[in-house]
Amino acid sequence: MSLLKIEGLTQKFGGLTAVSDFSTHFQGNELMGLIGPNGAGKTTVFNIVSGFYTPTRGNIIFKDKPINGLKPHVVTGMGIARTFQNIRLWHDMSLLDNILISQHHNLGYTLLDSFLRNKRYVDNEHRMRTIAMDLLEQLDLIQFKDERPGNLPYGVQRKIEIARALSVKPDLLLLDEPAAGLNSADVQDLIKLIAWIHKEFNIAIWMIEHQMAVVMSLCSWIQVIDFGKTIAQGTPEEIQSNPAVIKAYLGDDNI
Amino acid sequence: MKKLSIPLLLALIAVGTVLAAHFELLDLYIQTVIMFVGVNIILSSSFNIINGYMGEFACGHAGFMAVGAYVTSVLNLMLFTKSKAFGPPLLSPDLALYFFPVTLILGGIAAAITGLIVAVPSFKTRDDYLAIITLAANFIIVSLFINMDIVGGARGLMGMKQIIFAMEDIVFIPWMLIWVFTFTYLTVFIIRRFVTSTYGKGIIAIHQDEIAAEIMSVNTDKMKLVAFMLSSGLAGVAGGLFAHILGYINPNSFGILKSTECLVMVYMGGMGSLSGSIIAAILFTLLIEGLRFIIPAADTLIHYLPLIPDTFHLSQVLKWVIIPLILVILMQFRPEGIMGNRELSDFFPKLKRFYVFK
Ligand SMILES: Nc1ncnc2c1ncn2[C@@H]1O[C@H](COP(=O)(O)OP(=O)(O)OP(=O)(O)O)[C@@H](O)[C@H]1O
Ligand SMILES: [Mg+2]
Repeated sequence: MSLLKIEGLTQKFGGLTAVSDFSTHFQGNELMGLIGPNGAGKTTVFNIVSGFYTPTRGNIIFKDKPINGLKPHVVTGMGIARTFQNIRLWHDMSLLDNILISQHHNLGYTLLDSFLRNKRYVDNEHRMRTIAMDLLEQLDLIQFKDERPGNLPYGVQRKIEIARALSVKPDLLLLDEPAAGLNSADVQDLIKLIAWIHKEFNIAIWMIEHQMAVVMSLCSWIQVIDFGKTIAQGTPEEIQSNPAVIKAYLGDDNI
Repeated sequence: MKKLSIPLLLALIAVGTVLAAHFELLDLYIQTVIMFVGVNIILSSSFNIINGYMGEFACGHAGFMAVGAYVTSVLNLMLFTKSKAFGPPLLSPDLALYFFPVTLILGGIAAAITGLIVAVPSFKTRDDYLAIITLAANFIIVSLFINMDIVGGARGLMGMKQIIFAMEDIVFIPWMLIWVFTFTYLTVFIIRRFVTSTYGKGIIAIHQDEIAAEIMSVNTDKMKLVAFMLSSGLAGVAGGLFAHILGYINPNSFGILKSTECLVMVYMGGMGSLSGSIIAAILFTLLIEGLRFIIPAADTLIHYLPLIPDTFHLSQVLKWVIIPLILVILMQFRPEGIMGNRELSDFFPKLKRFYVFK
């Protein structure tokens, strides 16, 4: 069984090779980390996987189907959801609407049904609303359901982004620096939350993160990239003691 | 009961107006103004789909109105009247009454298809560039009609009053008022249902963050297509009504000034507020009609006070100054309009006790 298989992924922006010959493999529901210094190409990998860029070279196979070149909404509909490094919620609508709209791939009714408000419309709206409410309940966000995300604290917004991604019912969840900008108490909560989601929803999670505490305590496998190239991969212990990783992060002492 | 309160109230107003018109309690001019209010409500609320809810900046709404006006008029003239351009009627004029809503909808469909010339570029283009494209589309449509001799070219198309007479021959009641009420209600009803469904909220997501929308599974291209076609289709219906209220049309009445009027109404009411669009359409129509009296009065006054030379006259051309000026003033001092993006019930929560929307 293979959930996601990436082979020889390369992304060039003009003369810059942001990602070069990147490969990875998810069997089922692993929790893996992708780390590397600033500008290493981590977000670019996520952008390619979620369909935002068509890669210069390489293959992405998700659930046995090639997905490179597909539009982002199609990829999401197939079961890859993500969060963003800089929070990208819809700030001028309620939290509940945020969670509802991200179920667009599975509306179950047509434009005409929305005018007629027939049984199909009512049933499907009800179904989506139930999914949303359950999710908000589970993630302890229900008290904010009518609030606009823009008015909520940063830590809550990060959590809402995760809730929104989960409403897609993904098989693979991509988290781009979920701990960025959080204080240390919030970071501890986030670690618990991600571990809980991983267990409860039984899904694969792929995480970019700069805070080593988060990566080391959650991920079973970590891949390190620098200047678009994979420089190491292994278990948290192996990565922590890997000289190439230490060099990439701390710089070369010889210079 | 709460579910029916709004439809009942509107039905009461509509029936009251139609009866008053029928028993000649309302003079023809006032009837026309009421019908223009309806047409303007359709125009502003349909334009709001694009410029308000979806947050694009289109500015050629009148072009789609023109398509609807011409298609509906030509269909009706061909089917039910004897005219120089289209020959004898293809159907019995007795049928005009039943076919009128059909031709109106066909005009709307034609306008919706024309909407594609804006919708397709909008997949890749936004902001200023899209604004230029919509402007160009408006010009293209108007010049197309100017250069089509079969529909009267620059002189315009006449004879639509005969359709009304044909309807009134069946039953003598003010049919146009009834059609305007019906289609205005339907328009607002459809838009209301669209933008409050999870489906329609996809366009609000596009407004607030298009990339997030696409990545969170909203098919943004399809939503844009739907929004542009719905918006231009409804503008087409407004055009069809407009043509039959006046009885004649002329390509130049669908030019950039008409599009500017649509812009003024949307921004006056508030982007993304349906009640705002309705309020603004009413106020704006009254203002424009008011100018018909104010301008001559002002003209007499300043000549009476000898402020300007006798040879200079304030004319209705002043509309061309005043309408764009309102837009400039609005943008400067209250860009969010009367309502912002809120609805009437957000300002007066107590109203919610009296009605529910479904
Ligand atoms: N659309 C683009 N056009 C041109 N260059 C780009 C584009 N997107 C990313 N890059 C470049 O690709 C490189 C990798 O960027 P990326 O955002 O993937 O880094 P990252 O590993 O996520 O870094 P960070 O930790 O700072 O988020 C950077 O040099 C960046 O400037
Ligand atoms: Mg990044």
